[in-house]
Amino acid sequence: MTYPNMTVRRTPIDPGRTTLRPPKLPRWATAALVVGSLAAGATVGLVGRLDSRVQWGLIAALVFVAATYGLSAAIEGRRYAKDRLAAILVWACFVIAVLPLASLVWETVARGVPGVDWYFLTHSMNGVLSWQNGGGIYHALLGTVQQVLIASVIAIPIGLLTAVYLVEYGRGKLAKTITFFVDVMTGVPSIVAGLFILSLWIMMLDFGYSGFAGAMALAILMMPIVVRSTEEMLKLVPNELRESSLALGVPKWRTILKVVLPTSIGGITTGVMLALARIAGETAPILLLVFGNQMINGNVFEGAQSSLPLFVYEQWGYGTEQAYDRAWAAALVLIAFVMILNLVARGIARWKAPKTGR
Amino acid sequence: MAKRIEVSGLTAYYGTHKAIEDITLHVEPRSVTAFIGPSGCGKSTFLRTLNRMHEVTPGGRVEGKVMLDDEDLYGPGVDPVSVRRTVGMVFQRPNPFPTMSIYDNVAAGLKLNGVSYRKSELDDIVEKNLRAANLWNEVKDRLGKPGSGLSGGQQQRLCIARATAVEPEVLLMDEPCSALDPISTLAIEDLIDKLKSQYTIVIVTHNMQQAARVSDRTAFFNLAAIGQPGKLIEVDSTDRIFSNPSVQATEDYISGRFG
Ligand SMILES: Nc1ncnc2c1ncn2[C@@H]1O[C@H](COP(=O)(O)OP(=O)(O)OP(=O)(O)O)[C@@H](O)[C@H]1O
Ligand SMILES: [Mg+2]
Repeated sequence: MTYPNMTVRRTPIDPGRTTLRPPKLPRWATAALVVGSLAAGATVGLVGRLDSRVQWGLIAALVFVAATYGLSAAIEGRRYAKDRLAAILVWACFVIAVLPLASLVWETVARGVPGVDWYFLTHSMNGVLSWQNGGGIYHALLGTVQQVLIASVIAIPIGLLTAVYLVEYGRGKLAKTITFFVDVMTGVPSIVAGLFILSLWIMMLDFGYSGFAGAMALAILMMPIVVRSTEEMLKLVPNELRESSLALGVPKWRTILKVVLPTSIGGITTGVMLALARIAGETAPILLLVFGNQMINGNVFEGAQSSLPLFVYEQWGYGTEQAYDRAWAAALVLIAFVMILNLVARGIARWKAPKTGR
Repeated sequence: MAKRIEVSGLTAYYGTHKAIEDITLHVEPRSVTAFIGPSGCGKSTFLRTLNRMHEVTPGGRVEGKVMLDDEDLYGPGVDPVSVRRTVGMVFQRPNPFPTMSIYDNVAAGLKLNGVSYRKSELDDIVEKNLRAANLWNEVKDRLGKPGSGLSGGQQQRLCIARATAVEPEVLLMDEPCSALDPISTLAIEDLIDKLKSQYTIVIVTHNMQQAARVSDRTAFFNLAAIGQPGKLIEVDSTDRIFSNPSVQATEDYISGRFG
């Protein structure tokens, strides 16, 4: 078919185009530009007698950005120049984001590793004075594991069921109210959760300090995170999947249990583990409710316990060389604990995620 | 097996929007009935009222009667889950369960319902239904692989095998071939022809030749204007609808002189 009245006109998005292979800067150009701008920065710094190396670096960075853009615009065209500019921006942000994190990990590892050994992991601080060597974190590690476990046992089922209710059943007022309160709870500072349990459990109901009291406060902090992340994951499950299960004559509760949850289990696990990592590092409610203890107390339900973050806080407060070492070592163990949990979560997520491909 | 469906005065709503109005027709057992009509006239909606899937949509509401032999689907005390076990459905887009293998997809209707079968029994059911769906030869060596790794046409046949595995008495198919190539389409049409000896089949299609090829009876739906509810214009034997329909609008639609 022909259209006699139509003139074909090309849109001028790329007016100079004559070939599909426009000129490109060689691969070594970036390296050359880095070296060149560093040299430029140093030259300006030396000539201008600037003593701060930070100034040299900033000048070098500016030169690098300007030179890259100019060179690329001249040779490759403006689109590529902008692309390079965006790439520099992304890389810069990445470095800025990673730098504090990497230095934190580096610092903790460097200072913590010497203190961590089998003795440290298997002994308590019972009878060890702040200026003495030795002692360990067994009591704190035990406390953290027990408190986090109990908090999870309380918070995960409630959180999961709430999310399932909100996504699969919730309509109207009740669901809106619950969503609102979950949002409010997400913003509750940990010290407030601690105070709440303190006034309810310890002052009103007259129970003593215990790991369990701390675990309840941790559960309050954990629950909204579990609800939120699970909710988002459940919403991602396509409706067609639910419908095709229902159309097979599968009841709704079985559809949720056997189709919806397995499909989203990977994401849910990740969310739960993030919540877990978050509460594992809480100090404030532990300080209020678990009190702290130098001895091993294996009973979560009675008597003061310790926990890793609390241990770090206490040791730092002593202010002696030996106590600092113990604090760094305990911090390292805490980070490792959280990291192991995260790795386990990722493992589960990968193992359980919907499989694609042949 | 294979039940007769008798619909009378059926109206379906989405919230306040009336999607189809006052539909009365019957579907013969052990035969294929095709629904045709322009997009948006309510074919899918009507199909979904036949196994109580319409009410799954938030705001979905139905008035009227759907008799399955001598039971009203919308009568008091009727369990929608039992209805859906009796009236199976194949959707427009193939949607195998992504977490399950090919084998588990076919067995899904049985397994998800918590009935425990012996392994050999389940093996037989899976093989029988995959064979019936003309898929066995293509997948027999990779039954343990995920169902989402199949081609679109294979996935659709997998979904048909999944629907027949629970042994429904009626099979509803919403444009089962709309995403498929001519060869897969032919495979599915063959399959429909084969299944018709056992099931009551209702198929929605936009493809006139397909309706003419596979169906015994054809129902034409139309809507007066955008925003108006869809209505049944006429239903008759496929031969008559395609050769000598009694309503002008049907002839216009079939011959492409629509609109
Ligand atoms: N989930 C929904 N919520 C609200 N309105 C809907 C919904 N699904 C369909 N409708 C409306 O109901 C009417 C009928 O839709 P339906 O999907 O039954 O049409 P159809 O005949 O199957 O069309 P097609 O041939 O394009 O599949 C349309 O006006 C549509 O906008
Ligand atoms: Mg449709």
